Amino acid sequence: MTTIQLNGRPVDVSAEADTPLLWVLRGELHLTGTKFGCGIAACGACTIHLDGQAVRSCVTPLSAVGTRAVTTIEGLSGPDADALHGAWTNLDVVQCGYCQPGQLMSAWALIRANAEPTDLEIDAAMSGNLCRCGTYPRVRLAVRQATMSRGPSSGPTP
Amino acid sequence: MKRRTFVLRLVAATGALAVGWTFFPPRRRMGDGSRISEGPGETALNGWVKIGTDNTVTVIMSKSEMGQGIHTTLAMLLADELDADWSQVRVEMAPVGDPIYNNIATVVDGLPFHPDDHGLIQRTTAWLTAKTMREAGVMITGGSSSVKDLWLPMRQAGASTRALLVSAAAATWKVPESTITVAGGVLSHANGLRATFGQLITEASTLTLRSDAPLKSAAQFTLIGKPMRRLESAAKQRGTATFGIDVVLPGMQYASVVMCPVLGGTVASMDTAAARLLPGVKQVVAIDGHNGGTGGVAVIADTPWHAMKAAKSVKVAWSNGAMATVSSESVMRTLASTLDTERGHAYLTRGNVDDALAAAAKQVTAEYRAPFLAHATMEPINCTVQFADGRATVWASTQVPGLARRAVAKVLGIASDQVTMHVQLLGGGFGRRLDIDYIAQAAAIAQAAQGEPVQTIWSREEDIRHDFYRPACVSRFSAGLDASGKLLAWRNVSAGQSVVAATIGRYFGLPAGPIDKTTSEGSFDQPYEYPAVRVGHAIVELLVPTGFWRAVGHSHHGFFTESFMDEVAVAAKSDPIAFRLALLAKHPRHARVLTRVAELAGWASPLDAGVEGTRRGRGVALHESFGSVVAQVAEVTIAADNTLRVDRVVCVIDCGFPVNPNMIQQQVESAVVFGLSAALHGEITITDGRVTQGNFNDYRPLRMSECPAIVVDIIPSVEHPEGVGEPPLPPIAPAVANAIFAATGTRLRSLPLRLSER
Repeated sequence: MTTIQLNGRPVDVSAEADTPLLWVLRGELHLTGTKFGCGIAACGACTIHLDGQAVRSCVTPLSAVGTRAVTTIEGLSGPDADALHGAWTNLDVVQCGYCQPGQLMSAWALIRANAEPTDLEIDAAMSGNLCRCGTYPRVRLAVRQATMSRGPSSGPTP
Repeated sequence: MKRRTFVLRLVAATGALAVGWTFFPPRRRMGDGSRISEGPGETALNGWVKIGTDNTVTVIMSKSEMGQGIHTTLAMLLADELDADWSQVRVEMAPVGDPIYNNIATVVDGLPFHPDDHGLIQRTTAWLTAKTMREAGVMITGGSSSVKDLWLPMRQAGASTRALLVSAAAATWKVPESTITVAGGVLSHANGLRATFGQLITEASTLTLRSDAPLKSAAQFTLIGKPMRRLESAAKQRGTATFGIDVVLPGMQYASVVMCPVLGGTVASMDTAAARLLPGVKQVVAIDGHNGGTGGVAVIADTPWHAMKAAKSVKVAWSNGAMATVSSESVMRTLASTLDTERGHAYLTRGNVDDALAAAAKQVTAEYRAPFLAHATMEPINCTVQFADGRATVWASTQVPGLARRAVAKVLGIASDQVTMHVQLLGGGFGRRLDIDYIAQAAAIAQAAQGEPVQTIWSREEDIRHDFYRPACVSRFSAGLDASGKLLAWRNVSAGQSVVAATIGRYFGLPAGPIDKTTSEGSFDQPYEYPAVRVGHAIVELLVPTGFWRAVGHSHHGFFTESFMDEVAVAAKSDPIAFRLALLAKHPRHARVLTRVAELAGWASPLDAGVEGTRRGRGVALHESFGSVVAQVAEVTIAADNTLRVDRVVCVIDCGFPVNPNMIQQQVESAVVFGLSAALHGEITITDGRVTQGNFNDYRPLRMSECPAIVVDIIPSVEHPEGVGEPPLPPIAPAVANAIFAATGTRLRSLPLRLSER
């Protein structure tokens, strides 16, 4: 039995230590917002946060999580998350939607680290998240809109 | 021969099917409410909508939502005529197997007629096909047909429901119907009487279903024609939307499959001892290939990871089968050599093209090629099945729930009515989920689990390596010009596999005829007024499994035709847009789209020069498909090291009446990005029957850093709505290839577009 800090709560899991965090979340805890896409960290659909850093959960074994705080799309909250969801809704970014939890998790980590990313910085930070529907132009706009909507006072937190 | 069998053969022989809704009284598709299951407080007055005493309006969806926004757009059609409050609108999937939900439009669209052909034979065939499809058709989401198919039926159902609510209010209030107004889900009368839908639904349900309710004029629309946002956006953002792979059931087990690396192969023998000792493993079973799929091994375990891990440790001896000698190189050689001897079935002929070519002052010839392509939907292939007490329940992301139900029944040896389908949201379809191999396979696996529900999940590698691929194609052109550069003759013949033949075989086990519109669409059905023309296609039977892909034949013929058109314009020393316009004198709709894209892209002004050491170019393409006309201008920059960047794409679409401009713009962006993935990177290669690529590292979709700015313009129109999901795809590859030529003088005649060898 392993205990992880998941979305603000300690959770006991029975999976073996080599189980990728993605499959702990989906297979054991039935938190299905984190998506399986490739299994080799090539598409970003499984992106979660470990202590606020965007991480591909499909290649992160349970044993590597340790005491770090795990956040999934179900637990993403706060002013930055609200700004992103607001922009995503306003610009109607989503199409099939399968990659979108991963897109939002990567976008959140980006705007926490970089208060006003340029388009090139957005491209660089978001290019690990594939979308077959082609939501890229709207994702790019929405990230920019989210950073503007939350105003100059918010930014990276220590 | 059973009637159904005969009809299906007819479908196979004619290519596929679809009808213009204009031929068909939509009210006959309304159906009564008995076919819909009603929850507490819900009443269905017809087959398309339920109203709750809590005022919710639940619109019944016969089409799968796979990103195209169809649930939102179809709900708009019904809710507008109903004068419902949009915030009270919900959607629910239709029951599978009821003919009112069959797709008529897509089959009529598949008939092999030129879009200009409105003659007696075309009209009769379309009418007969539509009639046939009403009875013997299938519930299908594909062919950019959903709005076309339901434009009238959904509105009629909304108007009919509104009429019954008005009648109920009139009876209750004892006032004439004509004095009652409806807006925002509320009925009211000048004397102050007021009632919500929920308050009147019980009374309305006692009245007789009406099919004569008048429809609104375009000026009366409150939702239709407005840019409406997607209904399921929040659920998809929060991770609470349920795709097929997200279904969770009590006691559910998970299966992972490893299929024969050679397409079409089967298991000869297997050693399961090691796998059975691994944690959580319940069963290891050999599985046949179903509905065109490949045989393999399935491991059933308590968690997905246990199943995946154990699947890798099963030792299998494969029986490779006939594909083991096939390579994509040998396929391309076969297709090219076919064109040395065959002229193919002529889908379009006018005048004597051979004589016209011989008499031309100048001839231009070229050969073009396109590779196999996979679909690579973001949601990996999966399906959940429970088989207990002779009944099956299926949770699947599918574009064809009716065919899936049949396939499951066949695998399990039960009647179709013993199979309940739950269609989930699709994490992408693109034609992959028109096939049912994975659903039949999941049923076979569930059979082994003896009553427990099993979710079968493919790895990404199994998905890329066991797809039904967009056919490879080789196409040869000759054009003749007179001394002044005027086009005299156009001859085109291509060779490739028939997707319709392959699919009819997989769905029904039936042979198909020698004509398949999808093999030639995009080449014979374009608007250009050639003085003399012959466009043919030779179907070559090969073992590679092929399937429908976004825009199907248009996806490669658009590239061939519009690239060669550019070559001919260059040979004629003519501007590419002016040259095309000269061939569109009797096609004002197409000319308008082309003229508009030239204006928006600033075609008359020179393109801004790039930074020193780079070369820039601009290319245009025009294409008609699924009833819509699209023109694109692509602007590219080529760096000193020959790397290519597509900077901007300007796209103009005429898709008839724009029902939801927001979804249309999304679909244009989507098709451009999907088409660019294929144009710049997409290629499936096969060696000894095995697909080389396996994941997103070697089958590369476009990434955000490669995504151009996309400018979209929708032509205002009051014509009936046409296709949207696919039409913006075919022009992107030729627009980019033509831009590359403008920048470099290099003509790329093969996809993907590569400026230098890898």
